Amino acid sequence: MIDALIQGTLLGGYYAVLAAGLSLMFGVMRIINLAHGDLAMVGAFLVLWMVGLGWSPWLAVLVAVPTMGVVGMMLQQWVLARTLRSGVLLPLLVTMGLGALIQNGLYGVFGSEARSLADALGELSWASWTLPGDIVVGQLPVMTLVLGVAVLAGLQGMLSWTRMGRSIRAASSDPEAAALCGVDAASVHRAAAAISVALAALAGAMLATRATIEPYAGPLLLIMAFEAVVIGGIGSLWGTLLGGILLGLAQSFGALVSPQGFQLGGHLLFLAVLGGRLWNQYRHGLGLSIWPTPRRTSTRAAAPKTLEAQP
Amino acid sequence: MNRPTHQPMVWMLVAALALAVLPFMLGANAIDKLTTLFIFMLLASTWGLLAGQAGLVSVGQQAFFGLGAYFALRLVDGGWTAYPALFAGAIGAAVVAWGLSFFVLRLKEGEFAIATWVIAEVIRIGVMLDPIVQGETGTSLIALNAVEPELRRNIGFWMALGSLTFMLAMTAWLLRSAVGTATRAIGEDDEAAASLGVRVTPTRRWVYVLASFGAALAGVAWLASAITFLPRTNFGVQWSVLMLFMALVGGLRSQWGPLVGALLLFVLQESLGHLGAWYLAGLGAVAMVFAIWLPRGLAGLWDDWRARQSTATAPPAPTAVSSSTSINTLSRSSTP
Amino acid sequence: MNPNESKSLLLEARNLSASHGQLVAVREVSLQLKAGETVALVGSNGAGKTTLLRTLAGVHTAHGGSVWLQGAEVTAQPAHRRVQQGLALVPEGRRLFADMTVRENLLIAQEHRGRLRDGDAGWSIERVVQALPALAPLMNRPAGALSGGQRQAAAIARALMTNPTVLLIDEVSLGLSPRAVDDVYRHLEELRREAGTTLLLVEQDLGRAMAFADRVLCLREGRIVLSAAAAGLDRNLVTEAYFGVEHAT
Repeated sequence: MIDALIQGTLLGGYYAVLAAGLSLMFGVMRIINLAHGDLAMVGAFLVLWMVGLGWSPWLAVLVAVPTMGVVGMMLQQWVLARTLRSGVLLPLLVTMGLGALIQNGLYGVFGSEARSLADALGELSWASWTLPGDIVVGQLPVMTLVLGVAVLAGLQGMLSWTRMGRSIRAASSDPEAAALCGVDAASVHRAAAAISVALAALAGAMLATRATIEPYAGPLLLIMAFEAVVIGGIGSLWGTLLGGILLGLAQSFGALVSPQGFQLGGHLLFLAVLGGRLWNQYRHGLGLSIWPTPRRTSTRAAAPKTLEAQP
Repeated sequence: MNRPTHQPMVWMLVAALALAVLPFMLGANAIDKLTTLFIFMLLASTWGLLAGQAGLVSVGQQAFFGLGAYFALRLVDGGWTAYPALFAGAIGAAVVAWGLSFFVLRLKEGEFAIATWVIAEVIRIGVMLDPIVQGETGTSLIALNAVEPELRRNIGFWMALGSLTFMLAMTAWLLRSAVGTATRAIGEDDEAAASLGVRVTPTRRWVYVLASFGAALAGVAWLASAITFLPRTNFGVQWSVLMLFMALVGGLRSQWGPLVGALLLFVLQESLGHLGAWYLAGLGAVAMVFAIWLPRGLAGLWDDWRARQSTATAPPAPTAVSSSTSINTLSRSSTP
Repeated sequence: MNPNESKSLLLEARNLSASHGQLVAVREVSLQLKAGETVALVGSNGAGKTTLLRTLAGVHTAHGGSVWLQGAEVTAQPAHRRVQQGLALVPEGRRLFADMTVRENLLIAQEHRGRLRDGDAGWSIERVVQALPALAPLMNRPAGALSGGQRQAAAIARALMTNPTVLLIDEVSLGLSPRAVDDVYRHLEELRREAGTTLLLVEQDLGRAMAFADRVLCLREGRIVLSAAAAGLDRNLVTEAYFGVEHAT
């Protein structure tokens, strides 16, 4: 039981990183990137490929993450920006197509052989600490959790204190008002996409350290990232971290029940939270999006989170 | 408006009757392939109805594709004969869709997409837990083995053809009725539609249940032809990707566009399917290209071409009878 | 119009047209704003005032005509570029970023403005707070927690932080108490006196508009139906233009 508790919490850090990327892109551009999980897989495969060439895993991750950031920027510029103009349907469709392209492309290039970073990490993959009470925690999972929290803290800091962060928050809040302040929406979108995909790639690499990865694992990751955001509820990054941890816990406890329980546990928690929220809205007569927003004021992209003068 | 309204339906019925004769003329292989084609067309038109007309992008229609078949298996296990079980299974799936709609239709756009996907996954896992499905191994509709192969193949063909005709007729009727206009209005902008008094959710429910019933019919037709039931295949998300391709490339907002998309997919599968993953990657890439540059699909290209022809020769005709609507209406953003 | 005249024009619209879908909101509007001028734009609801301002600012796309800023055409430029060249709009509804503090709202505008012109010290947060002292205690408050009058001040302050040469303000007195409106106009008066800011104001209150502005433009059904100096302008003339009797200038 305790073991499941710990496992679940440690999983949470990694889900939070994945979910933060998804959430950022949605906040700024109102797109749910259906290929987000697949991009995480690209990141993971990229790291594995570099390690296969002889690089150290740390160096590989250090190079792969910014590279994927650039990929994200190009994706925004050449693919997503065009579809954004036509509303919400086309971005969903184009990212669906992208996902199929990535999954099958990865399979075509790398085949179905299961891979993991475990070998490259050597001892670290199974090293552990023993806590009082004979509880064993793996060192690597703890490190990934710490890394996840650190990344989120850094992201939050960037959003709160830097010029870029303010631009992102402004553009998320009200793109038109931001333009009236001189903010170039296109460059903010590119930055957000770059960060989003970089985070996905990092999460992919983190996954590769503890499990085998395969080309078709992307969609499941997307689902889990989405579930983490919804479960977390609050629009802040700390809400996402909480959601990730709760999801991890639900999955770990589900796994105790049956092998299928791992996924099922997470799905059921998600559906329960979603149902609860919808029921709550139904009772209060609201019609809000269930995607969490900081101030419960936003309904859709057409209604920006800014103040309207009293009529 | 009566003549133009009924003419396409009449043509459709005539075509269906003509096609129904084919099993007596063509060989086994051709009949199998045509059955697959009809199933593709059925799936494409349901997805086009959902996404193109009602603006609902569901990544979970495979749930009903598999569920209809699963219910049929259970009914046969409980003593029903094969063919009634298949039909009842599809109805059962439609009932599930109706129930789910109360939950799912409250969600918006991207959330709807992923939630439908999660539900499909949950259903898949649930089904796999049922012993008669035997987990990953799957099972088959053994009762069909008792039917003589040629007859079974022909019945499968007629099931697919019948389901397709039924769905196309229902869709055509729906879209020409008040519900259809409401659906299109909602697909464009549900807030505006609601402000005009359109009852958004009941209309959507109609469309969702109909589309899901169509997917379920496709699923049972598939089972009737293939006989085997593999959860990963019958509940696989690749069906959604295929549906996306067919509807988008054919023309989301058109009624016959998805059918063209299905035909195209079928041809591609026959010629390039052996390339395996690269073929599927190519489908994804083509879907992207269309989403970016040709969002109205082939039907849109056809309309543009026809519009150019008619302006060249005659005064511009009213666009009321065009098969798809202009790109401006695909936009949901409100102009300030 | 000779070239010399057009140089001293800060903002100009030539045959500008804009629409909402099929509905034409602005029909071939031409207007000129000279440096240091204050122009009031009046008209009934739906006349097209907001659309005109938004088209000038670049957040709404014109389908005909052109917009010129300091002698250079900016019609093809998106809103954020026009802001960087000195054209600022305080939009209807103010549109402050609710989850960000007042200071952050100001910072964003400061961080994205264009290069300072030679000899121009530019607006800083200190200078803006001096001009609008009501903001001083509010700097760290989330913009969502402000009252109507405070939001107005904050929105104007934010627009000032972009260092505008031309400031467009939509619905100056909407939703404000008479005292708050007095305050706003006092600030605007200081602004044009000290900084020489050129102002184009949309104002529902005809009296105020005529008292404050140098010139009055009246818009009806998307067209300019009256353009006259405010001094000595007969109020009845304006009212008639407002409701439907056209006058040449």
